[in-house]
Order: sequence, then structure tokens, then C-alpha cells
Amino acid sequence: MSDLFTTPRLGKGVKTAYDQTRDSHVVLFPEGVLVLNETAAAVVGMCDGRTTIAQMAEKLAEDFDGVRVDDVAELVTRLIARRVVVTDG
Amino acid sequence: MAEPPFGLLAELTHRCPLRCGYCSNPLELVRRDAELSTAEWWDVFDQARELGVLQFHLSGGEPLARKDLPELVGHASGLGAYVNLVTSGLGLTAGRLAELAVDHVQLSVQDADPANADRIAGVKGFAHKPAAARVVKEAGLPLTVNVVLHRQNLDHLADIVALAEDMGADRLELANTQYYGWALRNQAALLPTRTQLRQAEDVVREAKSRSRMEIVYVIADYHEAHPKPCMHGWGARQLTVAPNGDVLPCPAATVIEGLGIENVKSRPLREIWHDSVSFNAFRGFDWMGEPCRGCPRREVDFGGCRCQAFQLTGNAANTDPVCSLSPHRGLVDLVLRRPAADALAPREVAR
Repeated sequence: MSDLFTTPRLGKGVKTAYDQTRDSHVVLFPEGVLVLNETAAAVVGMCDGRTTIAQMAEKLAEDFDGVRVDDVAELVTRLIARRVVVTDG
Repeated sequence: MAEPPFGLLAELTHRCPLRCGYCSNPLELVRRDAELSTAEWWDVFDQARELGVLQFHLSGGEPLARKDLPELVGHASGLGAYVNLVTSGLGLTAGRLAELAVDHVQLSVQDADPANADRIAGVKGFAHKPAAARVVKEAGLPLTVNVVLHRQNLDHLADIVALAEDMGADRLELANTQYYGWALRNQAALLPTRTQLRQAEDVVREAKSRSRMEIVYVIADYHEAHPKPCMHGWGARQLTVAPNGDVLPCPAATVIEGLGIENVKSRPLREIWHDSVSFNAFRGFDWMGEPCRGCPRREVDFGGCRCQAFQLTGNAANTDPVCSLSPHRGLVDLVLRRPAADALAPREVAR
């Protein structure tokens, strides 16, 4: 699980877009596509290399109910495994 | 109704400077004068994006052989999709790449040994590869190195991994040869030995544990007990448009006789994806007979490859004969027992 103070950012060659066909935010990367739900899209949108996972959870809690910081950390860990998101070090 | 596709493999041309013996393009190549025009490709891209395609893989042959490639790439990129250039690297200069609004480049490499690489490619092309990789890196683009593996280069796998690292690759795809098109003709010279594959798996495991590259290894399916999950299901995620506008559920699908392949010039892409006989022939699970129908692995491998089933058993609806549960597995074992050949016939070229 990712450290709560890491500041993830999008990986090299990763693009985000809104897809009208699927009515969803998507992440595009070499040889892959991820269709994001609303919260995942919000998290990916905050992967700017400056925002910590703890801050992401705080921000999310303003717009969504029942946000748990562990869930955000787990989502970031999954995005790292797909190389959509990277962290330094 | 079927889910919309994520990817379009656009085979812009069958023309190519390389003559790789493992080429999986069909035996009969589309000639230059039968290729779709610039405007026709733009229309294909528009229709594909409208249908839900988010990734355009611009391939061939060699896409750089199309003089209008900058216009084609620009159009695809303008639709907001991800554009992946699949190239041999021959002709990829900094000047040409600067004209191409691509998001990612996939560069083919035949071997780490220059003389052997040129022998496999059928032309002197190796020297262009590191130069092409440099051009991609200097443009700040992510680079995937793709290597088709077989009897003639598997013993050099550790050097191949090192070469890809030297080239600065972000991803390395190591794909054992699939026997379609020209590659099937060269099968006896391409089929690896079990020892080669065992050693290759060790090299891959070691490389994955220490390399900063993302390494993808595609298995040699003839030597496995279960088939590959071809296309992740027929008509499920991706479609291919051939240089002449034929729309294919999988790049090799021209081998299946009587499939009823349709063309973008005569029917809208959306209708072909959703309604055509060819795309619905093996979609989902209803077409399956035994042993696939009642098999829990059908959700994993979708019964394997329809083209392989057709090529080896004469019926595309049969279980992929690679599967140990297939009554036709003996056909694959027979191929594996055939004596090996050394000579690789260079690919005939498209004109």
C-alpha cells in the first residue's frame, strides 16, 4: 500500500480524456485504456506530483461521502501497478 | 449489443522495407494501388472514434511508407485518441518524427546480434534501430521495443534485454512468434526448442526482477497446455482495418475461409462492428462446442484463437488445438515433432 505522504503523478506518455461513448473519464497509456468511475477520475486528476494521498482523501471528502484514506492509497497502488501513475523514489 | 471497441489497429500499408521471415501479415499482400486514400483513412478514424475507439495503433507494413502519414496521424490525434506508431524504425528521422503527433512509438528489433538481426529481417536494417530509438527518446516520447522471438534469436535473449535497456526503452515486449501468414510458411525454422523456452523464461524472470522497463512476455502457445486469450474475445475490444479497407475481427482473420469479411467502403464501421456476420461469428460464448462450452477456462482464454483452429483443424469453431483438452491437440504435437529447418525464407514484399 502506498505511503500517505507520497505525491503521485501521471506516468510518461499517459493521457487523460473524457469519452462521450462511455460517458466516463478514461486514462490512455501505451497499449491500454482504463475507464474510471467518478472517484477514481477525481484521484487521477489530483496526481500532479504535489498532492499527497492524505490531501487527496481530504479533498475527496468535500465532494463524496464515506471517503477512506486507505481506499485512496489502495487505488493509487493499483494505478502504480498499471504504470499509469508513478512516484519518485 | 456488443460493447464498443477500445482499439483500432490501422494497417495503413503492407509495404515494408523489412522482409522478416516471421511476418504474420497474410501471404497475399494488398498492393499500393488498392490502399485506402488519405480521405478514406480520415473517415475510418472519424467512424472509429465515434464508435468508441480510444487508441489508434498505426501499423503496417511500415506506416512511414505512407507519404501522407503526418496528415493521418494529425487527424487521429485531433480526435483526442491515443496514437501509437508501430514502426521498423527505418526512415524514422528526427525530421519525420517532428511531423508526427504521436503519443507513443513501438519499435521492432529482430535481434541484438547485428548480423543475425539483418539475416532475420532479410535486409540490412539493424544499424537504423539504435538511431531510431534515440530519435524517439530525444522527442521525449515513451518507447516500447518489440521483439518477435523464435528459434533463431531466443538464445540471445539476455543481450536483447540489454540492448532495449541501452536504447532507453520504457517497455519491452517479448512475443514468441505466432504462426500466421508468412510465419506459418517458415514454421520449421522458427519453432523454438523446449530448452530455449525454459532458458528464456529464466532470463525474463531475472530481467523483470531488476529492470526499470516494463517487460511483457508473450508465451509460445504450441508448447503450452492452454491457448492464448486471443483478442480477449472475438469482436470484444479491438478491430483491425487492413490497407484496402477490409475490417477484420483479428489481424489474421483473412485466413478463415467464408468468414464474410466486409469493407469500410461498402458499410459503416459501426454496423460492421455491431451487426456483421464476421464480427458476430465467434462473439461471446454461444458459438462454442465442447470442450469449451462447459469449461471454466472459457472466460480466461475464450476458446483460444479462431484462426489457429481453422488453420489446423479446418473448422474455426473448434477449440484451439493448442489446448490440451482439444481432441485435435495431436496436430500440434505432430508439428512440434517435425524436424527443424535453419533456412528462413525472406518475406515477399508488397508493391
